Amino acid sequence: MKRWLNPGFGLVFLFVLGMGLAPVFSKDAAAREVGFTVLLAISMATSLNIITGYTGYVSFGHVVFYGLGGYVGMYLIDKWNAPLPLAVLGGGAVAAVLAFLLGKAILRLRGAYFALATIGINEAMRTFVSNFAPFGGPTGIELQFSVYKPYGGAAQALWMTYYAVVGIAAFSVVFSYFLKTSKFGLGLMAIREDEDAAEVVGVVAPSAKTLAYVLSAFLPGMLGVLFFFKNGNVEPGDAFRLHFSIETLVMMMLGGQGTVMGPVIGALGYQRLRGVLLTSDVKIGALPLKDFQLVIAGGLMLLIILFIPAGLVGWLRQRFARLRRYLV
Amino acid sequence: MDAITILSSLLDGLLIGFVYGIAAMGLNLIWGVMRVINLTHGALIALGMFGVYLLFSGLGLNPYLALILVAALGLLAGIAIYYVAIERVINAPHLSTLLATFSVNMIIIGLGTAVFTTTPRDTGFSLGSIRAGPVTLLGTRLVATLITLLVTGLLYAYLYRTRAGKSIRAVSNNRAAAELMGIPSKRILALSFGLGTMLAAIAGGLIATFFSFTILSGSVYELKSFIIGVLGGLGNPLGALLGGLILGVLEGVLPLAMPNTWVPVIEFLLFILILLLKPNGLLGGKQ
Repeated sequence: MKRWLNPGFGLVFLFVLGMGLAPVFSKDAAAREVGFTVLLAISMATSLNIITGYTGYVSFGHVVFYGLGGYVGMYLIDKWNAPLPLAVLGGGAVAAVLAFLLGKAILRLRGAYFALATIGINEAMRTFVSNFAPFGGPTGIELQFSVYKPYGGAAQALWMTYYAVVGIAAFSVVFSYFLKTSKFGLGLMAIREDEDAAEVVGVVAPSAKTLAYVLSAFLPGMLGVLFFFKNGNVEPGDAFRLHFSIETLVMMMLGGQGTVMGPVIGALGYQRLRGVLLTSDVKIGALPLKDFQLVIAGGLMLLIILFIPAGLVGWLRQRFARLRRYLV
Repeated sequence: MDAITILSSLLDGLLIGFVYGIAAMGLNLIWGVMRVINLTHGALIALGMFGVYLLFSGLGLNPYLALILVAALGLLAGIAIYYVAIERVINAPHLSTLLATFSVNMIIIGLGTAVFTTTPRDTGFSLGSIRAGPVTLLGTRLVATLITLLVTGLLYAYLYRTRAGKSIRAVSNNRAAAELMGIPSKRILALSFGLGTMLAAIAGGLIATFFSFTILSGSVYELKSFIIGVLGGLGNPLGALLGGLILGVLEGVLPLAMPNTWVPVIEFLLFILILLLKPNGLLGGKQ
């Protein structure tokens, strides 16, 4: 139980919890919206970190779990009047099952082949859902306003989804830390460093990888339900946006992949930057700065990949060897 | 459904397939030589489209003359991208090169969106059509096919007959050994990357002569290039042409049997299946 006592872990856990609870006490709806986006990003990056950061399999298709989970949850709510918690669990469960089935097949591929396959799966799913009549085809699913009634109206429902996302974000950090420091987590990192050597020393790589994939998939599945429930509708283009997958990779990498703190810091930093760029009044020539949001984000990302590829936490770990124990 | 409908869909598909093939050839060349999946591919295709469009609509240059200029710019752009974004991370894990090329993609698309907006463009260029018996073929697509064949021929002549081309093949075979033989591998890598982006720009320019497009259209063809690359075997330029033809024919013929929107589902499922069953492509040998 000494793992609980690591101050680095305590700090990042309390930080996420504190940031999540601040809008609850201030009752500030604007702060809640910002908080929702940031906490969603933190949970997405943290869950991606399990398969990509710990296990070393670069997934460009993380959003497929988010999208499919979201669709399943919306379907349960819209067609079967399922209560939100059940829909959220349903979304997570279906995402986990998809990861299990996919894992059996595509985790045999290594390196760039795996990355390409995940892109293919996301696109296959997006084009399939666009044709799938029960999910509303290309127009998707739109919730009736009355579904928010059992939660005390739409305003109250927004707060409920927020509490849920705070809970998921806090859980994701705890989960990520305990996974990393467990024997299973060590096995995953051994796979990342050298899969063949890991097998020789007794890591059963195929099942370990599949389990890691499943564990990284159920959180996005749940988050998708929350996001689209709050949004009121879901469409194939929003649910399976490849760009979102890549943003998640970037956030994970900014902070430092393979660490618990990294995805949290990266997600927070990336979302803050985006917020600043989108709301800025500065102009470049005749065009507002927000038109250059993508350019600036891309330029910054390039600089980080070229010069600090280990991310902020990874860089600090290399630079200050003494702090390594705390920089989990 | 009569034989003529099938025949004309087949021919249409084949002609488009050649252009898909040349786009994928660029991706495949880069992968084959330096094991980098170039995520700027779509952006370069889009720039090729805009290059031809601007030179044709703005300066009144013939699109095929414009294409030569666009190809040269594509080559230079690729070499520049290599030195700026890839050289430092070429030996790093895959994630680094993937994200480095993707950030360049973001920069190009971001600038393109700010400058050109995302309103659809159309060159409005036409060469009429040719009737061959019962089927009608668009002139622009026939010319595009001829150009593709010409470029492929030139590329192969370059790779097999010139010193630089032979160096490219040597580096792709074994970079360390090539360096020991005195081949300047960095310059060769930059050149190969430039050739890859040049092919992307040419493909974009050709597509612009018969389809309307926006700055974001490149990503569609990038995804198609992935499918084709895997069909023909990543790293095999001639395989890309074959893969392109297969995809073109599928796109031509499948809509006769099912709603149009199901075609991409089939394509991506095929992509995943090939990756799983024959990751070296249809032409490739055993792993």
